[in-house]
Amino acid sequence: MLHNSQKDFLKRHIGPSDEDQNKMLKELNYKSLDDLIKSTVPEKIQLKDELNIGESNSEYEALRKLKAISKKNQIYSNFIGMGYYGTYTPYVILRNILENPGWYTSYTPYQPEVAQGRLEMLLNFQQMIVDFTGMDIANASLLDEGTAAAEAMGLSHRLNKKDSNLVFVSENCHPQTIDVIQTRAEPMGLKVLVGNEDEVLDQLKEDLVCGILQYPGTLGDIKDPSEAISKIHKKNGKAILACDLLALAKLKTPRELGADIAVGSSQRFGIPMGYGGPHAAFFATKDEYKRSMPGRIVGVSVDRHGNKAYRLSLQTREQHIRRDKATSNICTAQALLAIVSAAYAIYHGPDGIKTIAERVSQLAKNFADKLKQSGYEIYSDHFFDTVTIVTKDKTDQIYKNALDQKVNIRRVNSEMLAVSFDEKKNVYRVNQLLKIFNAAESIKKEDPTVSLPNLPKNLLRTSKYLEHPVFNSYHSETEMLRYLKKLEDKDIALNRTMIALGSCTMKLNATAEMIPISWRELAEPHPFVPIEQMEGYRDLFTDLKNWLRSITGFSGVSLQPNAGAQGEYAGLMVIRKYHLDRGEENRNICLIPSSAHGTNPASAQMVGMKVVVVDCDKEGNVDFEDLKKKAEMHSENLGALMVTYPSTHGVFEEKITDICELIHKHGGQVYMDGANLNALVGIARPGNFGPDVCHINLHKTFCIPHGGGGPGMGPIACKRHLQVYLPNHPVVKDCGPATGIGAVSAAPWGSSSILSISWMYIKMMGSEGLKLATQIAILNANYIAHRLKDHYPILYKGSNGNVAHECIIDIRSIKTETGITEEDIAKRLIDYGFHAPTMSWPVAGTMMIEPTESESLSELDRFCDTLISIKSEIDMIKSGKFDKVDNPIKNAPHTDIELASDEWSHKYSREQAAYPAKFLKANKFWPPVARVDNVYGDKNIFCTCPSMDEFKEDAA
Amino acid sequence: MSEVKFSKEHEWITLEGDVATIGITKHATEMLGDIVFAELPEKGSNVEKDGTAGVVESTKAASDVYTPVSGEVVDTNQAIVDDPSKINEDPEGSAWFFKLKMKDQSEMDSLMNKEEYDKFAKESAS
Ligand SMILES: Cc1ncc(COP(=O)(O)O)c(C=O)c1O
Repeated sequence: MLHNSQKDFLKRHIGPSDEDQNKMLKELNYKSLDDLIKSTVPEKIQLKDELNIGESNSEYEALRKLKAISKKNQIYSNFIGMGYYGTYTPYVILRNILENPGWYTSYTPYQPEVAQGRLEMLLNFQQMIVDFTGMDIANASLLDEGTAAAEAMGLSHRLNKKDSNLVFVSENCHPQTIDVIQTRAEPMGLKVLVGNEDEVLDQLKEDLVCGILQYPGTLGDIKDPSEAISKIHKKNGKAILACDLLALAKLKTPRELGADIAVGSSQRFGIPMGYGGPHAAFFATKDEYKRSMPGRIVGVSVDRHGNKAYRLSLQTREQHIRRDKATSNICTAQALLAIVSAAYAIYHGPDGIKTIAERVSQLAKNFADKLKQSGYEIYSDHFFDTVTIVTKDKTDQIYKNALDQKVNIRRVNSEMLAVSFDEKKNVYRVNQLLKIFNAAESIKKEDPTVSLPNLPKNLLRTSKYLEHPVFNSYHSETEMLRYLKKLEDKDIALNRTMIALGSCTMKLNATAEMIPISWRELAEPHPFVPIEQMEGYRDLFTDLKNWLRSITGFSGVSLQPNAGAQGEYAGLMVIRKYHLDRGEENRNICLIPSSAHGTNPASAQMVGMKVVVVDCDKEGNVDFEDLKKKAEMHSENLGALMVTYPSTHGVFEEKITDICELIHKHGGQVYMDGANLNALVGIARPGNFGPDVCHINLHKTFCIPHGGGGPGMGPIACKRHLQVYLPNHPVVKDCGPATGIGAVSAAPWGSSSILSISWMYIKMMGSEGLKLATQIAILNANYIAHRLKDHYPILYKGSNGNVAHECIIDIRSIKTETGITEEDIAKRLIDYGFHAPTMSWPVAGTMMIEPTESESLSELDRFCDTLISIKSEIDMIKSGKFDKVDNPIKNAPHTDIELASDEWSHKYSREQAAYPAKFLKANKFWPPVARVDNVYGDKNIFCTCPSMDEFKEDAA
Repeated sequence: MSEVKFSKEHEWITLEGDVATIGITKHATEMLGDIVFAELPEKGSNVEKDGTAGVVESTKAASDVYTPVSGEVVDTNQAIVDDPSKINEDPEGSAWFFKLKMKDQSEMDSLMNKEEYDKFAKESAS
């Protein structure tokens, strides 16, 4: 038996009380939760045993245990560089964004009317990137610098009109970037040539797809890249610069140097290293390539009243529309971290950023000068923050001296060491390093006025940046605090209402789960520190892997993939390598049901597989006959099936084991999209019912918050025969098998620091709690289906009439009868204060509702009552009581400005518009804009901050 | 001018001499919704029957435009690039996409006539 205090958290995570659970079960005609599960989940796959995770822990207990683990990390002072730098997150940003559920529990801004706050901040991020890089357009983040560089290669490949297949990568790129590119290039049929741009580019006979350079180089040296860039252009390739955002405050922009694409990381703008992540990468390019650009882009449009409003633009490039022709498989990105780094730039402003850049560079220069005076040879006289020293036979001794002083520096090779400075370093640290190098000299104090001859004159930046008022208005903490609050209040996040987005699992992100990410022991480590220093992280990874093994029934786990889609890519690469190793390189057909998420076909395409679509039957299941036909037809070349379980239609398919058997019989492997794992934990194990490999969205099932579109984590788990192919890493060798597919992310264990969130969740829930969560998630979904079924048809159900953890309501007949669409209903929900469910996916003209276990009965009822109330409004349109065009649903959402205006010409009352339900009188959310015009936004693409004049005009 | 023919990819085509004019059907525009972007093949390029020869995008969908016949692109309709909403307004008239100098006029034979296409469109929509 558990002590009550141990169950403390469990009760808080689960929405409905015991009493309410019984009420709901009674409504559904079940005697118990077990009874409900038994008749919902196919008998064949139901777990007979229990999870092997241990007891539930109270918040206090779990935090204490994690603290003990994290204390095992030894925190050294880091000078390693390589794309990761110390940075100070101003507390006003830490507390009010990173640790604030108003920001971290929101979803990707697909409903712009309830997301203007984070859309504005993401637009600020884009403006900041455009300013620093000089490019025309930037997206609102990618997963990390390595994958951003790989995406740039992908874009170049798409734009490439010639037959060339050669990619040049400078050896001066960070090693993890090179490795991620190599992993990505191979299945695309691209050859990667790594070398020195000064030597290689002149010798080339072939054309290039692209050339990728690092600016400044990984060893810190700054060379003028423009010559290499024109050589790449002469070979008809696109020139890609991976650059350091802080250095760009002092150096000429990629655009001025002739680059076509600029990528990099905004980590050092206030985002802790976190042993690898999460951080936001950026991607910027020329206007003419915008339609081929990966990732989400915020644009400016107008609302129904003609006022400026933000929205995601150019959505058609994305996988949910283009599927295997999508520009990339990136879905969940790093929105929250992009927001943090934009806030950092806003808080410091252009002068503040320039000062930070100069201080950092100054420290590096002072250090280099003193070393030179002591007789050391410096690798390059031109550097920004990283000094590489030719140490020859002293290399090992100095490296050891440093470790003895709890200082990590970079051991480049047996001849050289490198040292990177950042905003957290000071005179004390410089002198400590000088001692480590046995230099007789020391520096006295910082002298910020000294010029910086270490920055090459011909590359000094003259163009301005961060000139927009947003970067020049909020430099006092009071102003900053209020700006952040103003934006936060424009958005709907989980701290306002339930967000029943199907397939997204918007469950509680408990505060106790979030607290540890800010702990110094977890936030500060550099991803490439010697692993002996990271015993704490080792323990955390081991626990998490073991728990995921117990939950999935698989034996191999890789924590590297940074999002679900990246897990798909990694898993398919594993399958591909398995076939290649068996000499079956012909196995490149990937069967994908038509109901699959768009990332599935996009990922399959990335690994060079050919997508063959399998039909679904009337019940929403994979059409077994069609599958059989296609598996037989492609038997010889069958590589994989990608299947989501329970299905994206929210149903436990009875035939899943037969489906897997059939694929195996034809020599294929089964990839399971684990997005719906929240319906399986503790009840069935994918590793036992057929699939060979799956990803796990820790940002769905295991409580990492969505952060308005990232971060996420998409670890993969697989059967024994695939284990040897899991991802590895060029810098931290033992994070994966040497026989693996290479690196899929820049950091060895992806976004390590947020793994602590999932650790806390699993620890606090324990075996019993995790299973209960699944049961309640299924109970809540079935309760909603039950309450709504007389008002909206429930599209798919399992053989016993039950849904899994989500349900789809069908709007198509309503549309035919009244002209009201799923989008109209989504917007009307805003007037009631709710965020819409998932719209038109996986079936057009429907809405998919996933309540999760965290919503209480009263919230479920409020949500159902609202949908029922909207249905009655629809009925009034049908009966003619409301006008067909001028009604509260078509005009939704209503802003306070419209309602308070002296003019009101609509054919319904203001009260009907704003207060259609009683509960609204006590708690009303006012959308800051009316319905956003998608057509206008996609025709007039504008993706940087609008000038203040435009706002003034609006106000006038 | 020849009779209008239709492809399964929802393009229409007419022939005048050896020059074919190609656009997307009204039915296609209805499925796409408000069109916000169009991309056309380069003048002077050669396109192959059933190959891609452009792109149309609405706020909800993106779709490749295929050419139902092979030939050399002799003209493109810049007006629809400048204002893509013209495609919604007059898809089977002024909003044509491109003109091809055809190589093999027999490629027209396998295409559908109006009646066949209407039937096809109705079936594929349900
Ligand atoms: C079924 C399914 N598969 C894959 C994904 C992609 O995962 P991610 O956004 O983490 O890349 C999603 C995301 O919503 C999903 O719902």
